[in-house]
Amino acid sequence: MTETFSIRKYLRDLKLPFCLGCGIFTVMNTFLRAVHELGHENLSKFVFCSGIGCSAWIPSPYFIADSIHTTHGRSIPVATGIKLLRPDLNVVVFGGDGDIVGIGISHFIHAARRNLDVLVVMVNNMIYGMTGGQVAPTTPFKTKTTTTPYGSFEQPLDAARLAVTAGACYSARWTTAQSNELKESIKKAIKMQGFRFIEVVSQCPTSFGRRAGFKNAGEMIKWFKENAISIEQAERMAEEELAQKIVVGEFIRRKRLTLHETVYEIIRREEGKNVED
Amino acid sequence: MQNVIDTANHIVAYAAKAARVQVIAAYPITPQTSIVERIAELVESGELNAEYIRVESEHSAMSACMGAAAGGVRTFTATSSHGLVLMHEALHWASGSRLPIVMPVVNRALGPGWNIWADFTDSMSQRDTGWIQFYCAENQEVFDTIIQVYKLCENERVLLPAMVCLEGFILSHTYMPVEIPDQEKIDDFLPPYKPKWFLDVNKPISHANIVSPEWYMEFRYMIQEAMENAKQLIPEIDKEYGKYFGFEHGGLIDKYKCEDADLILLTMGTIGSEAKIAVDNLRKEGLKVGTARVRVFRPFPREEIRKLAENAQMFAVIDRGISFGMEGFLAEETKASLSNQKDQPLIAGFIAGLGGRDVTFKTIEKIAKKSSEWMRAGKVGKETVWVDLRK
Repeated sequence: MTETFSIRKYLRDLKLPFCLGCGIFTVMNTFLRAVHELGHENLSKFVFCSGIGCSAWIPSPYFIADSIHTTHGRSIPVATGIKLLRPDLNVVVFGGDGDIVGIGISHFIHAARRNLDVLVVMVNNMIYGMTGGQVAPTTPFKTKTTTTPYGSFEQPLDAARLAVTAGACYSARWTTAQSNELKESIKKAIKMQGFRFIEVVSQCPTSFGRRAGFKNAGEMIKWFKENAISIEQAERMAEEELAQKIVVGEFIRRKRLTLHETVYEIIRREEGKNVED
Repeated sequence: MQNVIDTANHIVAYAAKAARVQVIAAYPITPQTSIVERIAELVESGELNAEYIRVESEHSAMSACMGAAAGGVRTFTATSSHGLVLMHEALHWASGSRLPIVMPVVNRALGPGWNIWADFTDSMSQRDTGWIQFYCAENQEVFDTIIQVYKLCENERVLLPAMVCLEGFILSHTYMPVEIPDQEKIDDFLPPYKPKWFLDVNKPISHANIVSPEWYMEFRYMIQEAMENAKQLIPEIDKEYGKYFGFEHGGLIDKYKCEDADLILLTMGTIGSEAKIAVDNLRKEGLKVGTARVRVFRPFPREEIRKLAENAQMFAVIDRGISFGMEGFLAEETKASLSNQKDQPLIAGFIAGLGGRDVTFKTIEKIAKKSSEWMRAGKVGKETVWVDLRK
């Protein structure tokens, strides 16, 4: 690090659309700080993809970088196209829980399965925030939302563990209360190869906190701090005890052959054959 | 009877309740969301006795509705824009299966450029899916149409799904007074859905089966026939509704001062109600103008358009949407309806109000004046005019 971090260096001169107290500010700041600490003076080695939802606005149009804003849930398929065309670039997907593991969950699973070399940062605010707070596949059991006024009656999805099962090379979960761990995790993930997934449990005071009984963003962050436990701690706890907890940490870190490595190897091999013929 | 002042989205929820829908499957999308939120409240409080499935996408919403409707119950969903186009595959499947699902569509532009405001391109691009399509001009009509449409779709001569379209924000989020009739009277007008066939373990059927070339055409012909039947039934049901509740909306086309009009403004949705103001103003200036608001786009009221054309010298067609590479949807269909007819009126198409841009009575007056110039000259200056296009 030769110079101090300035977020402005990576951002277009535009007014950000996020609500006061939104966790996205932390995610945006932490991501760009990680990029800075890795020595990237700009974002020219990155391409960003996002779908629909508040988190999709993190890169687009605010980052001074190439970005594609796609339809709801389809950022990972678009990222697949970009990565296969330009394997030399860091392809990063930003999305919310509704985008990545709601409407777009099949793409998430298949990208991890085929080990697509992209980093997916999922801001999990546990709600459909942009449309005003409807129940999502990640909403904690019994939470009041606009479409579950008496509390959600479905069990939430554990995205970080799903990524492990589906074949991801890296999967971690943090909350916005652990920005330092998050930053180190992002740095590690950017340097790694393969399908990398980071879930950030994030506060949405406007659409989630308000109905769930939190007075402000600070109360939500306090809730994260008090209820975030490590994977090791979680292993010693009973299922009922875990129900209200947020398990944070790295769920997997491993090496697997990536999709573009396999694809390009086949292309090289078959082209070589033609030359010999 | 109850008088309420509320947004069209909440009125949609009350209409679903009044229709006693049994299964709802929906996914939130702006500007439809407040429909599904209000319905959630009605279901959870017990005011509406229905199953409400919070699905993970619109494609799943329509699929869940198909499952429920095949089980023989009254089914409901609502969507907008990208949600509707994501459903596209399932829309064909619902009409092909002859399931009378009713779906309000809160019209919104498609991206990119990302835009959440009113535009008809979302539902217009679904016109060939075999769904009946209604377009509303005010909140009362939204309520009445939903009740009417269940009666229509569940009729054995129809058995098709229907969209009830209303423009995003212009109607969806605008408060207007609406009369909600007594529930007993609605129950009398719209009795419970009693399908002739449905999934029943005691009388098993194979639903949506493979059909060989020997029979496929016949099944398609039956859908076309059902559309023609709907065209007959829509004005009858509208009249019957009027007798029950005092509100009629013009059947297939809502006509205003068209009897002696030389120039007729063909419109849809809220542009139709705005056009009435323009017509009144222009009549004061001596222009013999009227407006015909096409309320039903599928089945298309071809015969009524022909009847209107008999006395008019010119049609000015205003479209809040465009079929790229051709022209406005309504202009296209109007011209197609008049082919093979003698003494056709002049027809000019006007594209206006895309992506939520306001179309006020002043805009419409301007359109009418330009059209009347062309009418007097006996020649249309331009096939399609983009109104107030910025350079």
